[in-house]
Amino acid sequence: MALATDSLTTIGSDSQSLGGAPVVFDNLTRRFGATTALDRLSLDIAPGELVALLGPSGCGKTTALRVLAGFDRPDNGRVLVDGKDVSHVPAQRRDMGMVFQSYSLFPNMNARDNVAFGLQIRHQRASQRRAKASELLDLVGLADHVTKYPHQLSGGQQQRVALARALAIEPRVLLLDEPLSALDAKVRAELRDQIRALQQRLAITTVFVTHDQEEAMSMADRVCVMLQGRVEQVATPSVLYSQPATPFVGQFVGVSSRVAVTRHGDHVEVLGREVPIRGDLNAVPAGELEALLRPEDLNVVVNPSGLGVVTHRSFLGATTRIGVGIAGANLRVDVRSTHADDLELGTRVDVSVNARDVLVTTPRPTN
Amino acid sequence: MASLELGTLVADPSTIDQPFRADVPVTRRRRQIRWGRGVILVLAAAYFIVPFYAAMAFSLQKPTGGFSLTPLSQIASAPGFISALWLSTQMAVITMAGVMLLMVPTVIYVHLRMPRFRRVMEVITILPIIIPPIAYATGVLESAPAWLRSSQYLLAIVYVILAMPYVYRSLDSGLGALDLKTLVEASRSLGSGWISTIWRVLVPNLRSALMSASVLTIALVFGEFTIANVDNWTTLPVWIYNAPTTDNPRITTLVAMVALLATCVVLTLIVTLDRSQSRNSRRS
Repeated sequence: MALATDSLTTIGSDSQSLGGAPVVFDNLTRRFGATTALDRLSLDIAPGELVALLGPSGCGKTTALRVLAGFDRPDNGRVLVDGKDVSHVPAQRRDMGMVFQSYSLFPNMNARDNVAFGLQIRHQRASQRRAKASELLDLVGLADHVTKYPHQLSGGQQQRVALARALAIEPRVLLLDEPLSALDAKVRAELRDQIRALQQRLAITTVFVTHDQEEAMSMADRVCVMLQGRVEQVATPSVLYSQPATPFVGQFVGVSSRVAVTRHGDHVEVLGREVPIRGDLNAVPAGELEALLRPEDLNVVVNPSGLGVVTHRSFLGATTRIGVGIAGANLRVDVRSTHADDLELGTRVDVSVNARDVLVTTPRPTN
Repeated sequence: MASLELGTLVADPSTIDQPFRADVPVTRRRRQIRWGRGVILVLAAAYFIVPFYAAMAFSLQKPTGGFSLTPLSQIASAPGFISALWLSTQMAVITMAGVMLLMVPTVIYVHLRMPRFRRVMEVITILPIIIPPIAYATGVLESAPAWLRSSQYLLAIVYVILAMPYVYRSLDSGLGALDLKTLVEASRSLGSGWISTIWRVLVPNLRSALMSASVLTIALVFGEFTIANVDNWTTLPVWIYNAPTTDNPRITTLVAMVALLATCVVLTLIVTLDRSQSRNSRRS
């Protein structure tokens, strides 16, 4: 579904000059019984920025969003929006638009009434409400569906109406709580691009919760990776991928293989080659170590007397991912698909490392 | 199969695919179920219609034979009928308003904030059914303050409590069918306060539940006898019970039947209206 660019221009320029507000999570702590959902979480979000909160289930990302929305209160810490502490401001007075994971349209209202709901609460005149709702529905490509009820719309259409509804109140912060997770892959990809285009055009500060790293990396200006209520790393998608700050980020973001290594001062020996250790050497644990290697950090060459054996292959389009069993490790290597024909299952190969530096960590505990 | 000729297929039933033959007993079973349903329906209808017909025949039969609608015109002039009907109507309206104002926010709150309390609520709200009405009426009259004892509002308060089991269950199932948390949070994020959220978002989506709760409340108030009688209020059922000693028993029987018929008509109208509104709201 393409964006209605004419409407986008109109709304972005005059009738809806949103602009974003800076958001600060200041040392937030939230406990549920014995569980600490947020553990001194701090994060600064610039005006107009899209920040994705990414992490596994139970990492606290949704709690952080709910605290920002006003649906939950922190035990400690503050939430600042535009420099003002809103920690104790009720949700209905925060002026934040929100799109939920489950379809949240009001079943008794058609698409236009859903979009106009927030305007009705703000006592706008009926004619203005209708005009703006129609404009926003046009913006999200649903001009022909204004009188349809939620049960008459597909999942993707419902989420687009929900997005239009959230934007109708001209929020200074837009909150997206896994809005794409219930959609099929094709619709998800379309809506992902649509949300990003709208967010950039309207320059609205956006916090996007997701457990899907592809979504986070493709949409966000910065990604905040969370684990056990804490921030592991906040960085642009490229930095997060190429320079993960912690082994968890290295493993959670992107694909990586683990290889046992031997440390020699500030280097480790990986598959016969000395490679510098990335990051703070003092933080490197003592004892046995493993290096985390991206598929593109490795090269594979067919060699009938090589130590590795091709155990798996997946065609990914331009590249093919090859699984290689070598010295007890299972490595994943990306090769160009045009060069992957001779890497059949069972083929003996040599594997070499081409990384500038590597992240090292302790081996995973074995059961 | 492809090598078989058409004639072979028709002549030899064993060559016909088994799933097709398996349909035969299923059809027979369906027919039996349909018959069973029909018998139950006829028996149930007879259970309701025969006494109704007998009462109507008793009320409308002329001494000389045949039927006459004249007794219908005498109902309104029967002593005490209008005031009893008016009191029952007042009680129904007050009870409905009271029980809705009490239960709608309570059940929403329990669903949203105290979901574990739902079982406790179920037990609490079923108590008015478990406690015998006579014990309940005596207890309420003994414990109510003097100024309230002489007021008809005490009766309405009692009816609110009596209606709780039916209203709670209707609302509980209605709310259970909604994604309540998301709807409330979506509404609040758009700037709507609690009252506005309940009024604009939840109530319209609970229309069927509210409708059935109202229907049950009206039926309860128009049928309740024990408490009104003990509390000395002449509601419609109390009037029907007391009237035969002083007046024409044919008229009181006719009133009872007309009240029953009117209640059925009103309930049917409400349910039909609700269904047609639901259909309209779903139409684009």
